[in-house]
Amino acid sequence: MESLMNYFSYPFVRYAFAVGLLIAFCASLLGVVLVLKRFSFLGDGLSHFAFGIIALASVLKLTDNLLLVLPCTVACAVILLMSGQKAKIKGDAAVAVISMSALALGYLILNVFGTSSNVSGDVCSTLFGSSALLTLKMSDVVICAVLCACALAVFVLFYIRIFSVTFDENFAGATGVNVKASNFVTAVIAAVIIVLAMNLAGSLLASALIVFPALSAMRICKSFKGVTVVSAVISVIGTAAGLLLSMLFSTPAGATIASVYVAVFVIFTLAGALVKS
Amino acid sequence: MPFIKCENLRLGYDGNPVVQDLSFEIESGDYLCILGDNGTGKSTLIKVLTGLEKPLSGALLTECAPSEIGYLPQQTDYQRDFPATVKEIVLSGRLGRKKLFCFYNANDKKAAMENMKKLGVEELENRSYKELSGGQKQRVLLARALCAANKAIVLDEPASGLDSTSSEEMYEILYKLNKDEKMTVIMVSHDEKKSRGYANKVLHLGKRQFFGTWEEYDVFARTER
Repeated sequence: MESLMNYFSYPFVRYAFAVGLLIAFCASLLGVVLVLKRFSFLGDGLSHFAFGIIALASVLKLTDNLLLVLPCTVACAVILLMSGQKAKIKGDAAVAVISMSALALGYLILNVFGTSSNVSGDVCSTLFGSSALLTLKMSDVVICAVLCACALAVFVLFYIRIFSVTFDENFAGATGVNVKASNFVTAVIAAVIIVLAMNLAGSLLASALIVFPALSAMRICKSFKGVTVVSAVISVIGTAAGLLLSMLFSTPAGATIASVYVAVFVIFTLAGALVKS
Repeated sequence: MPFIKCENLRLGYDGNPVVQDLSFEIESGDYLCILGDNGTGKSTLIKVLTGLEKPLSGALLTECAPSEIGYLPQQTDYQRDFPATVKEIVLSGRLGRKKLFCFYNANDKKAAMENMKKLGVEELENRSYKELSGGQKQRVLLARALCAANKAIVLDEPASGLDSTSSEEMYEILYKLNKDEKMTVIMVSHDEKKSRGYANKVLHLGKRQFFGTWEEYDVFARTER
């Protein structure tokens, strides 16, 4: 307990904690939409793609790799989500192609052109998340907070439209909702949140932040509103618990949070099965 | 003026026409049944009528905006286990009337309740969609379509996947809406026999097109063979 108090006396720890909760909260809202639209794999694909871009950025020695990573990932998300049925390589296959090529090329560039003495250490921390969260500057915190606030505002303001498009694109289109624009906005938000979530959990675990809260909530909730609220609550409590545990036992933050999520998922699945029987 | 008038419509995707030279018109209060084999463009026509797709060429004149026509699409796979209450789904039919950034108000809720009552699903209000039977699901989606429009409804195979009792119920409901509320009904159907008792006009898509009454259709069908 005392060591925890000790930790929180440092401002950067408090920043990290706040940003972590914000990111997890937004990721869980996005997750509700992605999971229900059967796009769970999208988060995974995008974060692998972002890994490739980060590798490129570090070889190019960019000081602020967010400037390169964010636009590229947004573009990738838009292409994946918008091409839909017309694409020659469809949905899951397209994501597999993109994520595997980005992983392979990214690791290759780092090894061939990398100047760091510890390539595998760098790669490991990009893949599984690292202490990156603890090295955040005040400016990063502000960027994270602003981006999260935007995502949240879009979700609240467009809530009834999001529900309609998620449940039934055809019907929503017939009532006059611009389905293309809505998918475009979803893609952009997904990319932004994935890039932010990679700070928290690394590129391999970022999509855990997106899919687990929604999947757990779906085990017990009957309504869309219920799923949304419960997954937001799960994300905040789960991430807080994960971050605290990782500080207490000095475990990697991303993996600890993801493990807490897995535990919550198992508990909710059992609870859901009990309620049904 | 006819309620819907199509002139020389050419329908299809990416410039490849599925339907050519389609012309027909229906009056307000008509019950039109669209027949035809798979791939003859029935669903494409429905999408054009509801404003989801644009015709490749030709003119489509309607008395009301596409968003005033209620639509009952075919159910998709992922809807089957979608966590949403009946109320949430029916309410979403009111979306076309809402301005950007608005939420549903008391009027919307009242309209949703009225339509749930009309279709006998008001007691399911707080039940989850995924727990409903096929027939109940279809009635909920019809209630949603009615929330969107009160002049016309367009249905894409409303009875597909239903057992015979539920599909009978579905046809009865549509017949009532058409007779009692003067609702224009446009329905794609595989079941020619069932539709016969209810629809007053037939549109047949395929190599040869036909539009007219059932008596005329019988003559057409004989020459077809």
